Amino acid sequence: MALLEVNNLKKYFPIKKGILSRTVGQVQAVDGVSFTLKKGETLGLVGESGCGKTTVGRSILRLIEPTSGQVTFNGQNLLRLEREELRKVRASLQIIFQDPFSSLDPRMNVGQIIAEPIRNHLKISKSEMRNQVAYLMERVGLHPEQMSRYPHEFSGGQRQRIGIARALALNPLAVICDEPVSALDVSIQAQVINLLAQLQEQMNLSYLFIAHDLSIVEHISDRVAVMYLGRIVELATDRELYQNPMHPYTQALLSAVPIPDPEIRKKKILLQGDVPSPINPPSGCAFHTRCPERKEICSREEPIFQNIGADHWVACHLM
Amino acid sequence: MTEIKEDNVCQPREPLSASRFRRNWAKLRRNKAALVGAVLILMYVLSALLAPVLFTGNPSAPNLINSLETPTLKNPLGTDELGRSILGRIIYGSRISLLIAVGVVSVGIVLGIPLGLVSGYYGGKIDFSIQRVTDTLLAFPGFLLALALVAVLGVGFKNTVISIGISMVPMYIRLVRGCVLSVREEDYVEAARAVGTRDVIILIRHILPNVMVPITVQTSLSMGMAILFAAGLGFLGIGVQPPTPEWGTMLGSARSYLFHAPHVATFPGIAIFLAVLSFNLLGDGLRDALDPRFKI
Amino acid sequence: MSEPATPLLEIKDLHTRFHTLDGTVNAVDGVDFDVYQGETLGLVGESGCGKSVTALSILQLLRCPPAEIQGRILFEGNNLLDLDREGIRKIRGNEISMIFQEPMTSLNPVLRIGEQIAEAAKIHKRMTRQEAWRWAVEMLRMVQIPGPGSRSKQYPHKFSGGMRQRAMIAMALSCNPRLILADEPSTALDVTIQAQIMSLMQKLKEEFNSAIVLITHDLGIIAEMVSRVVVMYAGKVVEEAPVKELFKDPRHPYTQGLLGSIPVIGRKEQTGRRLQEIPGIVPSPMETPLGCRFHPRCHKVMNRCQEQEPPMIHLAEHRRVSCLLEA
Repeated sequence: MALLEVNNLKKYFPIKKGILSRTVGQVQAVDGVSFTLKKGETLGLVGESGCGKTTVGRSILRLIEPTSGQVTFNGQNLLRLEREELRKVRASLQIIFQDPFSSLDPRMNVGQIIAEPIRNHLKISKSEMRNQVAYLMERVGLHPEQMSRYPHEFSGGQRQRIGIARALALNPLAVICDEPVSALDVSIQAQVINLLAQLQEQMNLSYLFIAHDLSIVEHISDRVAVMYLGRIVELATDRELYQNPMHPYTQALLSAVPIPDPEIRKKKILLQGDVPSPINPPSGCAFHTRCPERKEICSREEPIFQNIGADHWVACHLM
Repeated sequence: MTEIKEDNVCQPREPLSASRFRRNWAKLRRNKAALVGAVLILMYVLSALLAPVLFTGNPSAPNLINSLETPTLKNPLGTDELGRSILGRIIYGSRISLLIAVGVVSVGIVLGIPLGLVSGYYGGKIDFSIQRVTDTLLAFPGFLLALALVAVLGVGFKNTVISIGISMVPMYIRLVRGCVLSVREEDYVEAARAVGTRDVIILIRHILPNVMVPITVQTSLSMGMAILFAAGLGFLGIGVQPPTPEWGTMLGSARSYLFHAPHVATFPGIAIFLAVLSFNLLGDGLRDALDPRFKI
Repeated sequence: MSEPATPLLEIKDLHTRFHTLDGTVNAVDGVDFDVYQGETLGLVGESGCGKSVTALSILQLLRCPPAEIQGRILFEGNNLLDLDREGIRKIRGNEISMIFQEPMTSLNPVLRIGEQIAEAAKIHKRMTRQEAWRWAVEMLRMVQIPGPGSRSKQYPHKFSGGMRQRAMIAMALSCNPRLILADEPSTALDVTIQAQIMSLMQKLKEEFNSAIVLITHDLGIIAEMVSRVVVMYAGKVVEEAPVKELFKDPRHPYTQGLLGSIPVIGRKEQTGRRLQEIPGIVPSPMETPLGCRFHPRCHKVMNRCQEQEPPMIHLAEHRRVSCLLEA
């Protein structure tokens, strides 16, 4: 049973111009994304900047209103919920942000920040609240005595722990991790990744792990989806995807990752040019303008996202 | 439980300096101009509070025998056309001017901040309507707007405050809306929505405290402007009415004696000038001290 | 590796301090290393370790005060710190040039790309306007920007992140510098674009025979790009080694921790899901720990590490480590 099911999710941002704000075009940030997230698993969502991965995360939570599609979480279609119902669902579907500096209100102390979700959803006494916050702080490796300190007194990694404690305050079922470590120093990244993995085991959490760093995604995920220009081009189990990438984009992406071992010299597939604009995405397969193996059909027809066996899904005409 | 092997794992970094307040205070103190402004304002406030002590007697009671005296020991700044001590009237006048200034920014804040918050946070139709009204009001010079409002409401202390206050509201709306537009995009606002915080709470607890810095600066500048506007109305004879000692009114009535008793107009003029200047200096100083971009 | 005997750049006991309201920050605290002609030297470390400040000190691109630079920076034997404003200006962009991390903000948005590249050539090579412009177009072609003629007339906002970084590289190379300081040149870029930029830099370096100081926190890029590595921590050099030795046999516990803490594709089966972590936080330069600066986070910490500053131990040529375990 899937905990979270996303079906044909689309988000088009209108481009407005002139004094009357007429819509002159659309940024097709997310263009028909579908996937499922099972209980207790981690689904990695990778792609380069501008591919729409962050928009997917925000649309699921309706922090951005999606244009169309379906998001079923725990049996409820989130896109149909009223404001107040949605507010309640957000207790069990949480998000961790990329930037540990801007995601914490600088004018609130750590205790207030972590208590906020609890205060929104439960009525408990002051001392109970204190205990709960202290418990959460311990869980994420912070000292509860620091409850009354302000975010600017903490380092990046510690701030990210505060963000994690806030996300876990209401025992969520699933957490959307939006690049949770990419703003952190290398030696701190490992701490946060270990913490996330450990919390997942203890609380049986599901993660949608959005990131651009393929090594980190490989490390933490059970399954991985690769996005390009608003669409998922390949989705498979972690091992399968990294050992047997089928889509030319996935292959190029993997080959481009620098390997921290000077003894290994691997052949890089250097892609030509830049990612096309999502305002006018290329016809047919969106990747055909940069694809080293493109065929004539690629610019004409959009490839179908199909299962090529062993739960390995690819959208490519070469299959 | 998370393993914390070393005790130092998550000791918070010691704050860079003792506190935000002390940092800002240190920065403000370095700014000599702002310090001068603050001291001057303090003097005005003290003279307003201690007026009965500093000047015994009734500043409004005429004493025609002594009219238009030049400065003497008894009347250090001379007397006006009705023989009243100018020093006494300036001291008592600071009460009126400061009260007007406080009243005006209160009106501006009470009306302007909520409208600006709502306009910036919700956007859409609400924003559109509020902004068009603001645009229209801003098309008039502020003083002209206050003048027009006085024409409708009538003269007097209360109406002066309301008129000038309302003429300041569009400025506050604009300022607050602009700040909200940028703060609204901050991740912590999105984070608050993501944990199910209600909009009203987000506005009050997250957005408002984070737009307080520009509001504080604006308030200091607005106080100066309010004093100037009130004096302007008084000068034209449609502000606070005589015999209440008000700087602008004093200036207005001194106009007729400008040539043979210039001190009657000069001293209230200096009082107005210094009051406005000091609020502007303080406002600029606050801007520099509170703006996190000016680090050193 | 055979290198000419005299280094192109010698940094000796460099100290860079910032005097701020909150006190003095020792951003760089006694750093020394050499760069030889034609080599790529990697400067690795985490935020606040002083690696960027070191680069900015070389070209004196820091505002003084609050910054104060001490020590010796010998470029072809001349101490750059002895030069006056005019002297250092002649070096900047001409003999030594710099590539910054942010391709978005390092270009002037109101000047055409061509003008910005031509500027350096005009100043340092005394070219005429037309010559410089033609040179700029040539440089854009060299960094593989398609249609360099028409592209040179465009403004930076028309360029994508990758193309801006290419333009920055073109600008940096426009006077054939002997030394390029590249401060996280690809951090803001996507992996596929990063791969393009890195292979381009490699190629151009060989063509121009320039030396590169590559400043980065990305050990993958270090492994692929550089021949020698200097590891910095909290304003000091903790280890230096040829790249292969560093990865095979890291001697400083910090280097060991750094190498162990990054996930490597395909290694999950061996290492398990738990990454090796370096506990604690990167110390703020306001209050560096006494003794060895790494001791509060070190898993091999000894009693004397808390009091005694570790000496620099030279193990071989270009192989040194600053740790009491080696002493």
